[in-house]
Amino acid sequence: MTVASSTQLVCFVILSSTLVLGSLAVVLLPNIVYSAFLLAGVFLSVAGLYLLLNASFVAAAQVLVYVGAVNVLILFAIMLVNKKENLAPIPGMALRRLLSGAVCAGLLGLLIRVAFTTPWALPGPTPVGEDATIRIGEHLFSDYLLPFELASVLLLMSMIGAIVLARRDVFSTDIITGEPADQVLIEKERSPLLLEPTDSAPLRSSP
Amino acid sequence: MTADAIPLQAYLTVAAFLFCIGVWGLINSRNAVRVLMSIELMLNAVNLNLMAFSNYLDGQLVRGQVFAIFVITVAAAEAAVGLAILLSLYRNRETVDMERFNLLRW
Repeated sequence: MTVASSTQLVCFVILSSTLVLGSLAVVLLPNIVYSAFLLAGVFLSVAGLYLLLNASFVAAAQVLVYVGAVNVLILFAIMLVNKKENLAPIPGMALRRLLSGAVCAGLLGLLIRVAFTTPWALPGPTPVGEDATIRIGEHLFSDYLLPFELASVLLLMSMIGAIVLARRDVFSTDIITGEPADQVLIEKERSPLLLEPTDSAPLRSSP
Repeated sequence: MTADAIPLQAYLTVAAFLFCIGVWGLINSRNAVRVLMSIELMLNAVNLNLMAFSNYLDGQLVRGQVFAIFVITVAAAEAAVGLAILLSLYRNRETVDMERFNLLRW
């Protein structure tokens, strides 16, 4: 075993253990803010694994998109919905956890068995290494041109959809009288629509 | 060049672990934000599989990397729309508890 391959092995072991432990912590930690920051660590170690797999461009895209955009978006969502609430206990939650854990362990066993029993066509062709970025560009503008353009349409649609979903419906004129509405009053008096009245939390009273 | 140091099955195993942890978190999370995080974990596991296959079995035409880029794009769009839906839900129900988003269940 040469120095380079043993270095790769050490990097792989460190990155994959960080990945598995970090994702377990993301799922299991009670504090959601810790989960969000550990999710950034998981994304970074996935990017490190991409570097080990000769994919520097996708590693950079992973860091930019996931750590830079998705994780920040998740942190903003946590900040916007951050209210301390005591979740009511649900009967059979422990049983559900155990059952789903068993199902997931079975799925894991199945996937690992498939990975080890399938006769992969190894060794494949030699990886292109650093030329992969050039190949990706050639693919994106020749045979994958239609999905590439559709991706831009998808991003535009999701941007408009997110804006429409997340904005508040504030009417500029009163629907009934047709007079200009008092925006401050609307913001204060608007109570949540779908709360059950029998809830332990009472409906927000108007000031 | 990496074919001898780390076998392909090692990457597939790590991705399987990541995917199963994501599935477990998706089923068992009470917080809606954590559900979205679990979905991101599962998408990353799929991406890791694509990249491993792209490097070991398709080293010349790196089609797996192109697919991984598309998956990253779709995941970013999904995260944006999912968090907007979450905000809208929170504004209407004042909770992030997944067990109380049961308006359409029965």
